[in-house]
Amino acid sequence: MSSFRTAFALALLCCVPVLCIAGGARAQGAATIKIGELNSYKAQPAFLEPYRKGMELAVEEINGAGGVAGRKLELVVRDDGGNPGDAVRVAEELVTREKVDLLAGTFLSHIGLAVTEFAGRRKVFFLAAEPLTDKITWQNGNAYTYRLRTSTYMQVAMLLPAAIAAKKKRWALVYPNFEYGQAAAAIFKEQLRAAQPDVEFVTEQAPPLGRIDAGAVAQAVDDAKPDAIFNALFSADLAKFAREGNTRGTFNGRFAVSLLSGEPEYLDPLRDEVPVGWIVTGYPWYAIETPEHKAFIEAYRRKFNDYPRFGSVIGYSTIKSIAAGIAKAGSSDTDKLLKAFENLKVVGPFGPFEYRACDHQATMGAYVGELALRDGKGVMVDAKFVDGNTVLPSCAEVASRRLRPQN
Amino acid sequence: MDAFLFQALNGFASASGLFFVGAGLSLIFGVSRIVNSAHGSLYMLGLYFAWTISQYMGGALGFWGGIVLAAMAVAGLGALIEVSLLRRIYHVPQLFQLLATFGLMLVINDVALGLWGAEDLLGPRAPGLSGFVTIFGRRLPQYDLFLIVVGPLVLVALHLLLARSRFGRLIRAATQDREMLGALGVNQALLFTAVFALGSFLAGLGGALQLAREPASLSLDLAVISEAFVVVVIGGMGSITGAFVAAVLIAQIKALCIAIGVVSIGELTINFSQLTLVAEFVVMAAVLVVRPYGLFGRPQGAVRSAGDAADMPLRPAGRPLLVAATALALALLSLPLLEARFPYALIVGTDVLIAVVFATSLHFIMGPGGMHSFGHAAYFGLGAYGAALAVKWLALPLGAALLCAPLAALAGALLFGWFAVRLSGIYLAMLTLAFAQIVWSIAFQWEEVTGGSNGLLGIWPPSPFDNRAAYYLLTLAVAVVAVIVLRRLLFAPFGYALRAGRDSPLRAGAIGIDVRRMQWLGFALSGLVCGLAGGLFVFAKGSISPEAIGVGRSIDGIVMVLLGGIQSLIGPIVGAGVYSLLQDMVMRQTDYWRALLGGVILLIVLLFPGGIAGALARWTQTPAGASR
Repeated sequence: MSSFRTAFALALLCCVPVLCIAGGARAQGAATIKIGELNSYKAQPAFLEPYRKGMELAVEEINGAGGVAGRKLELVVRDDGGNPGDAVRVAEELVTREKVDLLAGTFLSHIGLAVTEFAGRRKVFFLAAEPLTDKITWQNGNAYTYRLRTSTYMQVAMLLPAAIAAKKKRWALVYPNFEYGQAAAAIFKEQLRAAQPDVEFVTEQAPPLGRIDAGAVAQAVDDAKPDAIFNALFSADLAKFAREGNTRGTFNGRFAVSLLSGEPEYLDPLRDEVPVGWIVTGYPWYAIETPEHKAFIEAYRRKFNDYPRFGSVIGYSTIKSIAAGIAKAGSSDTDKLLKAFENLKVVGPFGPFEYRACDHQATMGAYVGELALRDGKGVMVDAKFVDGNTVLPSCAEVASRRLRPQN
Repeated sequence: MDAFLFQALNGFASASGLFFVGAGLSLIFGVSRIVNSAHGSLYMLGLYFAWTISQYMGGALGFWGGIVLAAMAVAGLGALIEVSLLRRIYHVPQLFQLLATFGLMLVINDVALGLWGAEDLLGPRAPGLSGFVTIFGRRLPQYDLFLIVVGPLVLVALHLLLARSRFGRLIRAATQDREMLGALGVNQALLFTAVFALGSFLAGLGGALQLAREPASLSLDLAVISEAFVVVVIGGMGSITGAFVAAVLIAQIKALCIAIGVVSIGELTINFSQLTLVAEFVVMAAVLVVRPYGLFGRPQGAVRSAGDAADMPLRPAGRPLLVAATALALALLSLPLLEARFPYALIVGTDVLIAVVFATSLHFIMGPGGMHSFGHAAYFGLGAYGAALAVKWLALPLGAALLCAPLAALAGALLFGWFAVRLSGIYLAMLTLAFAQIVWSIAFQWEEVTGGSNGLLGIWPPSPFDNRAAYYLLTLAVAVVAVIVLRRLLFAPFGYALRAGRDSPLRAGAIGIDVRRMQWLGFALSGLVCGLAGGLFVFAKGSISPEAIGVGRSIDGIVMVLLGGIQSLIGPIVGAGVYSLLQDMVMRQTDYWRALLGGVILLIVLLFPGGIAGALARWTQTPAGASR
């Protein structure tokens, strides 16, 4: 009796995984174009919730107008688990089980790169929406991957004119200790030194992401007696650094440039601790008067009763780009889509931009402005739009410097 | 010089926060032996509560009153957790509570996301202490000065409580011998609840006091829990003074690294601020190597409870198991036939098989070996990077690269294992964690070789393994061999010696077994097989980055082993299968998948104390633990 029950139980146990693995095959409607979107929704919720709303808004608008190429868009959204191993499995699942026509998404650089690799290997179209690393379009770029958001290089290049114009000799650098921060600091140093050979970098602080010892870092920066500060911290690290720096007088009388700090995702949580006077890249949604942006913000407010964050613009533009590409290609066939994305022109909330054929980078720009305090909240003032094209190396340069593997 | 002295003040301010969480964790462990992995979540909740109260009440009362109220609320929550959840599982094997609190951590994180939203919430400056004082010509925030004072004050208060009050005597007695305490008529249930509440209060207080220094964010729980463990272990489990000294030590070393900044020695440039990434783990490893029980710790008192009774002897596989295993192997072997219909099955199948190899290797030392490794990701990582570098640098073919994986892991396991087997229990676990973090940080920081945070890309299996079915079959073959070999080893004289060493080191030694050598060998073998899992992983995903070999992977392994049942040899296989498939399914189903996953884990813990395989063994009426 006992051995029979044991055998039965074990047999049952064996069936479970096989059944689970097989899973339910879903009926697929040929009518819709399926966009497989994967992102670190749990690991980076502050940026990605508005991003998702932006995507939903764009899908609604496009489908309301009859879809593209006679078909409606369908969004299949997945969490990538916040690590590259899971992300690749999720991408496989989207491609094999959901039979999506193309992939989009990712936020963190290493996940973006892992999916880029996957797309090249499995020959799937992939639009990297948010990861910043230059490697997605340059060192590790491939034929199947395009990228929407301004890269690390572009972000730094946007701030350079202000940094050069300030004519400061002694610079301190503060950046999170991972590829984005390291690359940003390296590009900044190289470019500033080229423009201003006598520049000195008096200290570099690279705290671990999310675990900054803000008091000690702010003090170390102050002790180095710099004339100016370059910052690439964001999120909770930035909030802690800003408060400590304000109290300790680290920022007093010092010029500073800072990446991403003007994005509402990172600026709003600072509340009244905004480091006034910093020159930053970001998204001053309250100050953009172009017709494209007005239409976008109105539609966004109507649907969600909230103001858009920078992530919303990215999510919205991701879907708009895909729709434009499919419309130009006339189908969602991967090869046709890849061809269509070459020099594809898209109109997003920031106006028109295009996907460069030479390195697959979009020329969508961002705003550069000065941080100020208004009604107890941080805002960007004197914000100017910087076209992405003006801060990218030219296609001839990309080729001559061999930034991208030839394929 | 002034600069360094001043940075020491910063260090003391940071140390206070660390001390509160560490002290709470230490108290709870000392009395109830619970490794509370939800302790960071309690800290996080303390900060969120304090933020909410300060927003609604505003002003000085809202801020200072909010801190006290928040800490008390967290204490209440802690008591609730103890009564409703932990009390039900004191009788099951140690470490199983770890699984329960891990599930709880997942749930709490998603609940916080639902309640407070995703955006970071920065609190107000402390009313009355918003300015600075000038020391050594530099500005120190008044609030930091307050923290510098309040840390030692709490230390003294706790010390008095423990030394002078009846409650304190009971805590100390329970730390030393809780069965005896029960026999003397002390209400243990009440004591445990009270201690858990007190520990939670300290965690909540630590979190709430950060209100003026850092925003409440959802990533705090994980960030804090690892630091808290480090503090507790360096100080010695159960020692409050130790926790304080350890917190100061870590905070000072970090502040020193930051103060030194960039140093150039000839061509070599070292940025000391980058060392803060791993400083605490290096300190912990160094302390544990020199002092096996931490700075102020003592060997743990005896714990005699049903849950910790030695396992029953293992028995070779009976006929039903052989039949079932063969059937399973055949079913898995035939999976590629279904590829046309269920292409995703092969992908998940490959992942599950890799998890099986990983979990089985971990179980080998956790179960029969009796060494609870919290850092098994190290050998997974060494294997993965070993294989990846063999392809990238030496352009080795698949077979040779897959051979490099276990060899790299073996080298690491031999080195780390030599130190680790000199310790036992939670200290051994934490030393393995420290080594894993050191491996992780090397992979993270050594940009030129390991590709830094982005890792190594473009490592795909060459033909004929470049299609899913072929690679799946390769993985299956490796997994089957690995499982059978590890199993066979346990029934070889070596396996008996290993288990003898676990059950009674003294008697094993007396009959001539070199227990340490056996453990070292077991550790190395486990690392070797684990490296194989890492090698398979790289080629399945095409890339490897530090994220894939971090603490998360170690935790996954422990969860798999415990979920399946640590006392059963099929436990890790069942656990790896169930956990991987569950995670894959749950991630697709809902936005709040972490809470769902945590909820399912809690449910399993409550329904099947002893793991799924353990429950299965009981159901089939064989004596518990005697399974296969």
